[in-house]
Amino acid sequence: MKYSAVSLFANALSGHKNWPEQFPDKAPKKEYDVIIVGGGGHGLGAAYYLAKKHGITNVAVLEKGWIGGGNTGRNTTIIRSNYLFDESAGIYDHAVDLWDGLSQELNYNVMFSKRGVLMLAHNVHDVQSFQRHVHANRLNGVDNKWLTPQQCKDFLPILDISEDRRYPVMGGALQMRAGTARHDSVAWGYARAASKLGVDIIQNCKVTGIKRGADGAVEGVETEKGYIGAKKIGVSAAGNSSVLMEMAGLRFPLESYPLQALVSEPVKPVLNCVVMSNAVHAYISQSDKGELVIGAGTDQYTSYSQRGALHIIEHTLMSICEIFPIFKRQRMLRSWGGIVDVTPDRSPIVGKTPVPGLYVNCGWGTGGFKATPGAADMLAHTIAHDAPHKINAPFNLDRFVGGRLIDEAAAAAVAH
Amino acid sequence: MFEIHCPYCDEKRPEIEFAYAGEAHIVRPNAQDQGEMSDADWSQYMFIRDNVRGEHCERWWHQHGCNMFFNAVRHTVTDKFVMTYKMGKSRPTAKQIADAKK
Amino acid sequence: MSAFRKSGRGMVDASKPVNFTFDGKAYQGLQGDTLASALLANGVHLTGRSFKYHRPRGIVGAGSEEPNALVAFDRGEGRVTPNVRATTLEIFDGLKAESQNRWPNLKTDIGGFNNIFSMFFPAGFYNKTFKWPASFWDKVYEPFIRNMAGLGPAPKSSDPDVYASVYGHCDVLIVGAGPAGIAAAVAAAKKDQRVILVDEQAEPGGGLLSAQNVEIDGMAAQDWLTKSLTTLRKADNVTVMLRSTAIGYYHDNFVAVNERLTDHIPSVEPGRSREKLHRIRAGKVILAQGGIERPLVFNGNDRPGVMLASAAQTYLGQYGVAVGNEVVVFTSHDSAYQAAFELADANISIAAIVDIRDKISGDLQQAVEARAIDLILGSSVSKTSGKLRINGCEVYTASSGKKQSFQCDALLMSGGWTPSLHLWSHSKGGIKWDADLAAYVPEQANENAVCVGACNGNFGIEAALNAGTKAGGGRKKFKVKEPEFGSGVVLDHLPNYIDSSKQKAFVDFQNDVTEKDIKLAVREGFKSIEHVKRYTTNGMATDQGKTSNLNALEIASKAVGKPIEKVGLTTFRPPYTPTTFGALAGYRDGELFDPTRKTAIDPWAEAQGAVFEPVGIWRRAWYFPKDGEDMHAAVARECKATRDSLGIFDASTLGKIEVVGPDATKFMNLMYSNSWTTLKPGRCRYGLMLREDGYIYDDGVVARMAEDRYHVTTTSGGAPRVYRHMEDYLQTEFQHLDVWLTSTTEQWAVIAINGPNARKLIEPFVEGIDLSKDAFPHMAVREGKICGVPTRLFRVSFTGELGFEINIPSHYGRTVWETLFEAGQSYEICPYGTETMHVLRAEKGFIIVGQDTDGTVTPHDAGMGWAVAKKKKDFVGMRSLKRSDLIADGRKHLIGLLTDDPNVVLEEGAQIVADPNQPIPMDMLGHVTSSYWSESLGRSVAMALVKDGFNRMDETLHVPMPGTTHKAKVVKPVFYDPKGERLNVV
Repeated sequence: MKYSAVSLFANALSGHKNWPEQFPDKAPKKEYDVIIVGGGGHGLGAAYYLAKKHGITNVAVLEKGWIGGGNTGRNTTIIRSNYLFDESAGIYDHAVDLWDGLSQELNYNVMFSKRGVLMLAHNVHDVQSFQRHVHANRLNGVDNKWLTPQQCKDFLPILDISEDRRYPVMGGALQMRAGTARHDSVAWGYARAASKLGVDIIQNCKVTGIKRGADGAVEGVETEKGYIGAKKIGVSAAGNSSVLMEMAGLRFPLESYPLQALVSEPVKPVLNCVVMSNAVHAYISQSDKGELVIGAGTDQYTSYSQRGALHIIEHTLMSICEIFPIFKRQRMLRSWGGIVDVTPDRSPIVGKTPVPGLYVNCGWGTGGFKATPGAADMLAHTIAHDAPHKINAPFNLDRFVGGRLIDEAAAAAVAH
Repeated sequence: MFEIHCPYCDEKRPEIEFAYAGEAHIVRPNAQDQGEMSDADWSQYMFIRDNVRGEHCERWWHQHGCNMFFNAVRHTVTDKFVMTYKMGKSRPTAKQIADAKK
Repeated sequence: MSAFRKSGRGMVDASKPVNFTFDGKAYQGLQGDTLASALLANGVHLTGRSFKYHRPRGIVGAGSEEPNALVAFDRGEGRVTPNVRATTLEIFDGLKAESQNRWPNLKTDIGGFNNIFSMFFPAGFYNKTFKWPASFWDKVYEPFIRNMAGLGPAPKSSDPDVYASVYGHCDVLIVGAGPAGIAAAVAAAKKDQRVILVDEQAEPGGGLLSAQNVEIDGMAAQDWLTKSLTTLRKADNVTVMLRSTAIGYYHDNFVAVNERLTDHIPSVEPGRSREKLHRIRAGKVILAQGGIERPLVFNGNDRPGVMLASAAQTYLGQYGVAVGNEVVVFTSHDSAYQAAFELADANISIAAIVDIRDKISGDLQQAVEARAIDLILGSSVSKTSGKLRINGCEVYTASSGKKQSFQCDALLMSGGWTPSLHLWSHSKGGIKWDADLAAYVPEQANENAVCVGACNGNFGIEAALNAGTKAGGGRKKFKVKEPEFGSGVVLDHLPNYIDSSKQKAFVDFQNDVTEKDIKLAVREGFKSIEHVKRYTTNGMATDQGKTSNLNALEIASKAVGKPIEKVGLTTFRPPYTPTTFGALAGYRDGELFDPTRKTAIDPWAEAQGAVFEPVGIWRRAWYFPKDGEDMHAAVARECKATRDSLGIFDASTLGKIEVVGPDATKFMNLMYSNSWTTLKPGRCRYGLMLREDGYIYDDGVVARMAEDRYHVTTTSGGAPRVYRHMEDYLQTEFQHLDVWLTSTTEQWAVIAINGPNARKLIEPFVEGIDLSKDAFPHMAVREGKICGVPTRLFRVSFTGELGFEINIPSHYGRTVWETLFEAGQSYEICPYGTETMHVLRAEKGFIIVGQDTDGTVTPHDAGMGWAVAKKKKDFVGMRSLKRSDLIADGRKHLIGLLTDDPNVVLEEGAQIVADPNQPIPMDMLGHVTSSYWSESLGRSVAMALVKDGFNRMDETLHVPMPGTTHKAKVVKPVFYDPKGERLNVV
C-alpha cells in the first residue's frame, strides 16, 4: 500500500485496520545470493540498494534483535557533510545527496530536516581549522560557510556572544544543507522498501559463525535459526564488527567504546538548528517533539555494555550549560548508551576484506548515522561489483598498512 | 564510574583518578625486529586489536594517584574487573582468571 | 476550609493556610499540601492538556509517576521550570503555577482541534505523509510540525540559581523510606553500619503516611513510623535525606541522588543552592522503591476526574482531601476495595464498585455489603461523560449485555500493581516475569544490591517490614494487622459493546497513545516491545511510562500472540525522574567550568590592558594595544620594537618536563627523533617528538643540564599529553631504563627577552654566568642568578633576534619581569603577546606544531628531515616513517608563499590550487597554515602545506577565494634574515 495523505485518510475511515505489515517476518531460506549481517539503517539500506540499483533481490538481512535497535536508534541524528578531506567530503556529501529525496524515494517520511548545523569556534585554533574546512568545502562543492560572531547570533538568537566568556564565540561554520532526521524511520523506511523489492528481513536471528570453504571464500552463516548459505556476505553490524570479523578469522583495527546521549523534557521551540562545539564537547539540537537532544562523549575504556558513566553525562551537561546558560533549568529526561566501533584514524572501513565474498562496513565511530544512505549505497555497490566504488575505495583496510590514513581529527589537531 | 583496584597503591579508587591506556600485552617490537618487519606486520602491532567481547586485558594509568601504569582484566560486557596486576607480569592464564573470579 | 477538605484527616496543618495561584486564579491550600492536593481540595481536577491531541486532562496519581498534571512552576525571571508534576510540587505562600500546552487557555484550547481529527493522526502517521510536494517539506510541513512541538514553555533567560554536587560514601544506601526502607535502615543502623536513607518525598513513610486501620506490633502505623524515625534521627550513623530522588544506578554501586533544597521554600536567599547532586558510593544498596498502581485501559479513561485508586487513598489519608463527592471505583484488583472503603468511611459516596472479575473473596464481598456499596462484578466501564471533568459513566456487563449509567465526579481505577524496577534495571540486575503477580520482578543481582518490599513483588506492610529488616541485617519479625493486599487479574482488553474504532482508551496519557495505536503498531509489523514503544511513543513521555509500560506490554503481547516474556520489556533508562541540567553540572558553572589557568605574570598583563586569547587550558596575552590601537596596529608596533631594540614576552605556559637518571640520554634518544648522545651539558637542542605512527607530535627546545639531567620543553598545549606519552613508554616498553620524569610546567616562570639589546638589558642583573658571545653561545644554557633569584638561563631564540629565555621559580616570575621591564625603559622595551610571537617566528619559518603541522605531517614533510637521526637504531616513530605511503611521492610539504600582491594577507586555512579555472570539485594541492603581515618586510608572508611543494619552488599557485583569486609564489619558508646573522649581535 502506497503511503500518502490520501491513503491515510482512506484508512482512517476504516479504523486503520487495513494497514499491511511494513516489513513482514520471514523464515530464512536455505540460501541467498547475498546476506547482510546487521539490520540497522546501513544494513537495511544496503539490501535496499542491492535490490533497487543492482537487481539483486535474493537478499536476506539478519538482525540479532530488532531492526534499528543498535546505533541507528541510539544516536543524536545529526546529518552533515562539511568534512575536510576530499575522501570524507566525498562519502558524506554523497550521503547528504541521498538524504535529500530519501522520503520520496522510499515512500516513507524520514523527516530529514535541513535546519542547518552550526559549529562554533572558541579560539584562534578553531578559527583556523574551521576556515580551512570552509575553504576546502567550497572548492569541493560542499555547502559550508563562515559566520562572524554577530552572524552566528543573528542565525541563532539565543547564543551568547559576549567576549568575556570562558569559551567565547569567535565565529562559526554553518552548513545549511545539514540537519537531522528521524532515526527509527530510516531503518523502517529502508526495511519496508527493501521488503517490497523481495528482500527477507529476519529479526531475532543472531549470527554465530561464518563458514568458509576450502578456497577460503565464504559459504554461509550459522545462525540461531540454522545455517544459511550465501556466496556473498556483507557485515554492517556497528558495535559488533570485531566479533563478526573474528568469526571469519580476521582481526580488525577496531576498538568499541561506550557512547552516551540524552534528551531533555520537551519544551516549546527554542533552538532552531544543530549546534556543535568541539572545544567544549557539546552537541545539541531540538527534536520535532521539543526535546533537547544532546550527544555526550565516549567513555575512556572499551566496552560492549551499552552503559556509560555518570561523570560523562555531568561533563556533557556542564558544557551545554556553558554554551547555553538558558538551558540550565531544563531537565534530563532520559540518557542511554550505544557502542561505537572506532578505527585508528576514526574514518570508516567500507569495502572488501581479505576473505573472498566477505564485505564490511564498519568503524564509523560516532559519525555513522549521517552517512547511512551513502554507506549503504557504497556497501551495495561493492558487493554487487565485487569492487569498491571510487567514493568508498579510499576507505579500505590497506590504508593501515601503507599509512594513507584519512584522519579528520588529527587534521583538526583535536586531542583525542 | 568504576572503582578500580590499583595494584601499586593496593586500594580501590574511583575511575576519575585513572586513565585508560588501551589493550595490554601488545609488545613493541625491538629495533632488530622492526627492521625485518613488513609494513603489514608492523600495522598488526600498530593497529590491530582483539577488542574482545569478554575478558579483556587492558592497561590503566593511575594518573591522579601513584602515577603508575598497570594491567587489568575486565569483562567488556559486564564491565566487571576480574583482577589488576603490576606492569611486567605476564598475561594471566585462563586458570588465574577463573581463580580471581572466585 | 475548602469544599473537598475533610477536616481532621491527613498530615496537613489546618491552622496554616497557604495562598497560591494557578493560571492566574487565586486558591488556598494548607501547609503540607502539594499543588495537586491543594487543587483537588478546591475541586479542581483539570490541570493540563495532552501532548498530541490537546485533550483536557486531570490529576491521575499522587506522586512522581504522574503523567498528566504537569505545570510550569514560575519563580520569576529565569526561574520558570516547565513540566513540573503538580503531585510533587509542595505549595507555599505566593506560589505561581501555570498550565501548559494550551492556547489561549486551559478550558478553551485551539490546539484541541487535533483531537477532532485524531483519527488521521494514529501512531506513525508522519511516516506516511508530508512527503509531497517535496519542496513543501522544508518550507511548510516541517516548520509547522516543529512549531507544534513541546509541552512546557521554552526558557527565555539564564537560570540565576546555583547548584551543588558532592560525593557521599556509606555502607548501606537505602532507596525509599516506606516501611521496607525504614525497617532496613533501623536494622542496618543497629549493626553499626553507616546508613544513608533517601526518599523523594517531603515526608518519610511512603505508604504508611496514609495507611488506615494498620497496626504494627500493636501500634498505630503512624505511631510506629514516628518512633522509628526518631530512632533513625538519633543515630549518628544514619543520614536521612528527603526530597532526594535516586535518579540512576551506575557501575560498582555508584548511585546518583538529587536533593531538591529550595523549590518548597517561599523566599530563598541568594546564593543558596537550589539542588544538590549526591554521588554516593555504597557498600550495599537496598532498593525499597515500592510499586506503582496501573491504570485500566478503557474507553474514556483520560477524562479529568479519572484517577488511580491509590492516589485517591493518598489524597484522603495524607492530605485530608476528597477527590470527589460521588465516586465510582473500577478495578481488576482487590487493593482498590480498600480505597473505596476508606473513602466511604470518610463519608464520600461510592456510587458503585465495578470489578472486571466475576468473583471476589467472601471477606471482600462482606465488607462491601456492610457499607451498602453497589457492587457490579464481571463488568467494565464502557464510556465516560463530561467535558472538562467526568460527570458520569456507563457500566457494561458483557454476560448479560446490561448497561447501567452512574453519575459521578470522580472515577477511581486500579489495574493492579507494578513493582518499581527502575534502579534495579539501571544496575543491570536481571528480571523475570511473575505470572501470578502479572508483573516483572527482580531476579539475579549484578551489583551488591537487593530489592525489598513492593518493588520485589512482596506487597503488604508486614512483608515489606520483614524483608527490609532482613536486608538490613536484622532478624526481627513484625506482626502487622492490615487489610489483605489481595490479588487481581490483568486483561489486555476490557469488554465493550462499542466498536473499537470509536473508542478512546488511553495507555500513555501524556503522549496520547491509545490501545488502538499499539494494536496498529503490531498490525504494521512492529512486534518487539521496543518497536512498539518507538512507533507509538508509548512510555517516552516525561513520566517514562511509569504507569503505561506494563499495560502497553500486555496489549502488545496479546496482539502479537506471544507470552509477555517473549515480547520483552523496554529498557529502563536513567534518570528515574527528570533531573535539572544545573544539578548535573553542579558547581562547575561559570568561572568554575574548566577554570582558566593563568601565569604568574598574567596579572601584570591584565593591568597593562592586554587582550587575551584562550590557548588550551591557559589564557595568554594576545597583544598589548596602546591608545585605541587595533590588533593589526598593535602587532605591527610590537614586531618592530622587538626587531629594532627589545621585546619581552611571557613564555611561562611552555610545557616543562625534567628527565633525570643514569639512562636519561638513552631515554631521550628513544623518545625524540633527534640524537642526544652528542649534546653536551650546558647546551640546548631543538627536539622533535613523533608518535609511533611517524607523524610529528610535539616539539620544543631541550637543555642538557648535566650528564644525567634534561630540561625538556614542550608546546603550551602539549605538556600533559607529552608527559603521559613519556611515562607510558618508560613504564611499559622501556622499563629497563633508569629514568625519572617530573612535570615542572608550573614550577618555572619563563620570560623571553628578544632583540638586539637583549643582552644589554639582562647583563646587570645576572650573577654567576658569563654572558659574552663566546662564553654563552646561541643554544646554550647556564645556571646562575638573575635579580638575585636562581635561574636556568637559556640563550635561544624563537624570533630570529638575539634571545634569552629566563627560567625562574614561578613565584619570582612577576618580580623579575617587573624589574626587567623597568630597566628596559631605556631600550624602549616592548611587551608583546602571542600574535607578535607568531609573526616573528613565521618570518623565520619556525613551525607551530598543530598549526603548520596537523597530525598528518612527517618531519620530512615539514622540511625537518635534519631532525631525524640517521644513525639511531630505534626511536618512537622510526619504523612507521618507512611505511610505503610515508615515503611515497606527492606528499604535502611545508613551503613558503609570497603573494603577488604584497598587501594581500592570505587567509589561514585557504586552499591552494594549480589551476583556478577548473570546475568544482577542484583538485586542491594544500592549504595556507600560517599567514601574517610582516611589518619588518613591509609585505605579507605565508607558510603552506602543498602537495609536492619542495619541487615547486618559484612556481606560481592560486588561492581561490569567494569573488577573487590570489596568486602566490612558492618559496623557502624563511623570509627574514635567512642566514641567521641577527643572532650574533654583540
